[in-house]
Amino acid sequence: MNTKLAALSLFALGAMFLGGCGSSTTTEEPAKTPEAKANTTTPGSAAGDLDAKGLKLGFAQVGAESGWRTANTESIKAEAQARGVDLKFADAQQKQENQIKAIKSFIAQGVDVIAFSPVVETGWEPVLQEAKKAGIPVIISDRRADVPDDLYATFIGSDFIKEGQMAGDWLAKKLNNKGNIAELTGTPGSAPANDRAKGFRQALEGKADLKIVFTQTGDFTRAKGKEVMEALMKSPTGSTLNAVFAHNDDMALGAIQAIEEAGKKPGSDIIVVSIDGVHDAFQAMVDGKLNCTVECNPLLGKAIIDAAAKVKKGETLPKRTVIEDGIFDQSVAAKELPNRKY
Amino acid sequence: MRRVPSWAWAAMVLAGVLLFNALFTPGFFSIVIRDGRFFGSIVDIFNRAAPVGLLALGMTLVIATGGVDLSVGAVMAIGGTIAAGLISRPGETPFAGGKPQPAMAIPVALFGSLLCGMFNGLLVAVIELQPIVATLLLMVAGRGVAQLLANGQILTFHDSGFAALARGATLGIPNPVWILLIGFVLFSVLARKTAMGLFVEATGSNPVAAQYVGIDARAIRFAVYALSGLCAGMAGLITTADIQAADANNAGLYLELDAILAVSVGGTALAGGRFSLVGSMIGALLMQALTTTILTRGVSPEITLVLKAAVVVGVCLLQAPAFREILAKRIRRAPAQ
Repeated sequence: MNTKLAALSLFALGAMFLGGCGSSTTTEEPAKTPEAKANTTTPGSAAGDLDAKGLKLGFAQVGAESGWRTANTESIKAEAQARGVDLKFADAQQKQENQIKAIKSFIAQGVDVIAFSPVVETGWEPVLQEAKKAGIPVIISDRRADVPDDLYATFIGSDFIKEGQMAGDWLAKKLNNKGNIAELTGTPGSAPANDRAKGFRQALEGKADLKIVFTQTGDFTRAKGKEVMEALMKSPTGSTLNAVFAHNDDMALGAIQAIEEAGKKPGSDIIVVSIDGVHDAFQAMVDGKLNCTVECNPLLGKAIIDAAAKVKKGETLPKRTVIEDGIFDQSVAAKELPNRKY
Repeated sequence: MRRVPSWAWAAMVLAGVLLFNALFTPGFFSIVIRDGRFFGSIVDIFNRAAPVGLLALGMTLVIATGGVDLSVGAVMAIGGTIAAGLISRPGETPFAGGKPQPAMAIPVALFGSLLCGMFNGLLVAVIELQPIVATLLLMVAGRGVAQLLANGQILTFHDSGFAALARGATLGIPNPVWILLIGFVLFSVLARKTAMGLFVEATGSNPVAAQYVGIDARAIRFAVYALSGLCAGMAGLITTADIQAADANNAGLYLELDAILAVSVGGTALAGGRFSLVGSMIGALLMQALTTTILTRGVSPEITLVLKAAVVVGVCLLQAPAFREILAKRIRRAPAQ
């Protein structure tokens, strides 16, 4: 019995170690490092403009759900490495409980600053109260959290409502204010899904002939985006469709495949608009299958570490640090494609 | 009197879902031929059910031995990542020295997932860990392994040959349906035409007695977990080929639960000892029929899960003899009042 128990704990330990490797090491493959270093020397993210050396930063990431998220992670890791920040990185695999656990462990380790991208909007108050009690400032990045202002130092990220609006405005113009739109929403309850839906509807307001005829979640993933679109294309609604609005590029890329398989041409028969601006989306625009993407800049590493260095020094930051986003359509895609890092 | 097969209730509910669609979802049963393949909602149900169906095949035998395999979702991610990694564009391939090896993708991925299954088998059959604990290890760690293999990236690739595994069709029927059918036939032959099925059932109902009558329960247990890993790898290949990308974080996420659900809805006892491969297939089809119905009808995402849960609870209640008895009594008593 005792030997069995020992074997069990040994394996459990092994599993924890393995899991730990997958989620918390900074990538150190020789192939990756030069690229990462190149990133940080490009203008705009010049190292050393604000001294952050020795800063202990705990970052709780959502998970590697999409290409966007990977770029976001890479940017933070590369910036931390270049500026000598002691980064503790935790991957929550898209689960709030994992993120709460990670934040709690950051508090226990006594880091200087905690930063995180909330998986969902709600449920953060207790753990942020704990951080406040421990005197550790919190920076919220790219996704909003529904908490009182005194619980965090600043929120750094894009304005999702505006992104939704930009996509809506572009689509309204393209369709001459007339048409049926299917919406593929992100993970229910997440800030980008809520806000992009809201902004998109604001842009459509007062345009009675421009209708959202279908809304379903694709969970921000390619596979779900494809499955949802595939089913929709077979329904009576599907045959009346003029456009698809996806809350992120990956779902749009999945939807494009489904539209093709249904015998229609994405990009001309059905206009496809999405948000994020990842590399594959630009490729799809060059191929004429995606019409437009609103950029949501994931390279937040510099902004996060700047903010962390400032709050550590005791500076008060504005509650909102907005990252400006651009909009790209097929006319500029080919020129922009080589510049895409993510 | 012939006993009603254990999967009859699931089949009844599946028929009910299809009937509902026949009446209320226009165009659900229309099938057209496009690009030389059948195309329609019904085809989608079979096509999309293939990954869960494959998982359910392996899972059925595992559950019949009284175990459970929680790692299949993670093994799918590993299998898919290995394949995509070997196919990726030159320089982006995380292994094999950066050189794409598309010809090796399928065999290496299947071998990798077989190894994962054998690892589970080793823990359960030889080290005698509780199946739930043993497979939980790989469920948690496996996704980490897949992410390590992919360097935390979503690996995209373009290889029409490999993509045909999921997107192509043979004789008009999508390839995933063929793969599931072949898997089903192989498993059925293995389970019912050889003594394997009997051994599995004996191991599940009483491993000690099975050992006494000369069945190598340890080898049987090891084999079913290995097979389950192999099935999971195949399912992973299909999902990866379908979207032409390996998404280590999302491929097969929570699919182990769908597979367990399909198996139990299909009438296989979770306590082990009795199993029905036909039932598991019907279970997988039922789950997918529900999903496809919900998506086609545009049910709002908030109610989707509740609706699914309601149907599953319904099937489980119908399966329970105690509930059927109460129901029968009520019906018998009603006219008397």
